[in-house]
Amino acid sequence: MARKANMSLQKNPMPSQEPDVRNHNFEEVALGYTKEQALDEAQRCLRCKNRPCMEGCPVMVRIPEFIEKVEAGEFEEAYQIISATSALPAVCGRVCPQESQCEKYCVRGKKGDPVGIGRLERFVADWHNEHVTAKAEKPTPNGHRVAVIGSGPAGLTCAGDLARKGYEVTVFEALHLAGGVLVYGIPEFRLPKAIVQKEVNGLKDLGVTISTDTVVGRTITVDELMTEQGFEAVFIGSGAGLPMFMNIPGVNYKGVLSANEFLTRINLMKAYLPGADTPIIHPKKVAVVGGGNVAMDAARCAKRLGAEVYIVYRRGMEELPARKEEVEHAIEEGIIFKTLNNPVEILADEDDNVTKIRCIEMELGEPDASGRRRPIEKPGSEFELEVDCVIMALGTSPNPLIKSTTEGLEINRKGGIVVNEDGLTSRENVYAGGDAVTGAATVILAMGAGKTAAKAIDEALSKK
Amino acid sequence: MYKIVRKVELRPTVTLYEIEAPLIAKKSHPGQFIILRVDEGGERIPITINSYDPEKGTVTIIVQTAGATTEKLKAMKEGDCLADFVGPLGKATVIDGTKKVCIVGGGVGCAIAYPVLKAFHDAGADVHAVVGFKNKDLVILEDDFRAATSVLKICTDDGSYGQKGLVTDALKELIEAGNQYDEIFAVGPMVMMKFVSKTTEPYGIKTTVSMSPIMIDGTGMCGGCRLSVGGEMKFACVDGPDFDGHQVDWDIAVKRNQMYHDWELKKHEETCNLLKKEA
Repeated sequence: MARKANMSLQKNPMPSQEPDVRNHNFEEVALGYTKEQALDEAQRCLRCKNRPCMEGCPVMVRIPEFIEKVEAGEFEEAYQIISATSALPAVCGRVCPQESQCEKYCVRGKKGDPVGIGRLERFVADWHNEHVTAKAEKPTPNGHRVAVIGSGPAGLTCAGDLARKGYEVTVFEALHLAGGVLVYGIPEFRLPKAIVQKEVNGLKDLGVTISTDTVVGRTITVDELMTEQGFEAVFIGSGAGLPMFMNIPGVNYKGVLSANEFLTRINLMKAYLPGADTPIIHPKKVAVVGGGNVAMDAARCAKRLGAEVYIVYRRGMEELPARKEEVEHAIEEGIIFKTLNNPVEILADEDDNVTKIRCIEMELGEPDASGRRRPIEKPGSEFELEVDCVIMALGTSPNPLIKSTTEGLEINRKGGIVVNEDGLTSRENVYAGGDAVTGAATVILAMGAGKTAAKAIDEALSKK
Repeated sequence: MYKIVRKVELRPTVTLYEIEAPLIAKKSHPGQFIILRVDEGGERIPITINSYDPEKGTVTIIVQTAGATTEKLKAMKEGDCLADFVGPLGKATVIDGTKKVCIVGGGVGCAIAYPVLKAFHDAGADVHAVVGFKNKDLVILEDDFRAATSVLKICTDDGSYGQKGLVTDALKELIEAGNQYDEIFAVGPMVMMKFVSKTTEPYGIKTTVSMSPIMIDGTGMCGGCRLSVGGEMKFACVDGPDFDGHQVDWDIAVKRNQMYHDWELKKHEETCNLLKKEA
């Protein structure tokens, strides 16, 4: 009998914790599809011959093939298909912006919802993690050694791809825990840290060595890795760098912090847990400045610490750069959006404790160089919001540590490392990818860059 | 894991730890710091390096017991291991070309001042030093300081040792006595560094301070260590820790450093009670 696709116009909804429950805890918000939901959703795939969805995936997961396996109930087979091209399936299934990637191109999306590709990916990865305990087999060593700097998504992907080909890979991580932004940035309620740990352990099973507490550029340099430690190639996936702050009065008052600092205290240092050794402020009213995913993460964390939270963003709701799902979750959880407003000053008491943030209303004018409509101040529209904490989530500028200690490494005007289409830098056998190259971007783009570089490194070294 | 190979109680609240960390020992320079975590779940704290021995592969730090983490550290024994020890972080102090320098150290800041002082001395500079402590019982490293300086002034708040009074007064006396310093290097509590900078400013003497603001990662990621220096935002972990003391916005820096003060006091007390119970 010929297969009949499920023609329901709606995606199976994601089971989630209720908003008023979850905004008081750090447990995962989305609970994942049940087996029945996954089988049902998989049937919505039309198995298009030209596979438009794959074109939207930076790591080219063979999407229709894995969904076909899900439909057949062959979940481990589905997992093998995903993991053949993606090093971090359980992570991507949770944090990828599918709506602007694979699902954007899904034919089903032309009329109704696209297939819930991300949700299916997550289901498959979680099923594997729950049911399959067999460790990945260690490939036969090919005798080549590669150093990877940074254990975020770019580094882990690059390391995984190379390790599977038999390379002896060491990943150098500055912090005490591997995972990069996946552990210090993205909160537990979006990406449980146990999942990241599992992915990292998977790499260790493949023979990857993780060297934490190692700051490349300080503890050891790129050149020393190659000349003294005998690594034949180096991949720099050190991530974005210094957080940006607004140049307004009051930015150094007590209670003003970067989203990076706030999130690191919560996610990496677990400062929200009772008895934690690392301090964190427990503000009553918080203004998070910015409109990206990091701003949403910071706002939702602050909410969970018990605060009333405003998002202050200079453009409108439509222009928020954050994923739609994150914005929706934030709204559901009671975050108050003060869009079309821009801070002009932070005010404090005599002890420098933040008391207010003064903002000005904005309106959107003509499109600027980025194609987005430029926000313009409305004269005389200043107002004050009473807050005791301001979190700046305005992106980052590149970290100077590696570039200042690696001679001949070309840097672009914005401070990002210059690479060619293979991820090769201006230095022989030195590759780079992820935020260190592009500035702050997404997990999956970093993974794509790690993958590209791994392929190029393999081609270069296997010729030796 | 990073083994404590030697632990010496210099004073009841000041302890020296020599830590096995060969990579860091090889790369360290005066003025740099490390970040340590005592145990899993522990806080990351920055501590300036006191000395390093590349051949032995060890780094020495001198720590004043002042909070929960330093209290836990003090409870560790020789042979125990620290969970994490990262570095060397920050830029090294610039030593070159200075002919006559006065080092000003306050309290346990003297431990930090020592490698810088010695580096100036080894580079052939004429080194004077003014070091201040609360009282006689807290004086540390006197012999080390004396060996590398031509003039050493020890001050105590209560006059129980050396001269009574503040380091700024002693420094002023040295300047007024006609000493032509190329540079003053101050390290200690922020308030002390602030007043050293205020003292030297009218004389126009270059004054370098070693800042120790709030910090988590120490690699330029969190932005907790930001300072306003000459009207610009600087990050102590990658741009410092040394800055021009005349350019630092002290009032903001001093207050910002108190951000977690109440929490820290409470945590310190809790930890002390816990350690007492265990003992």
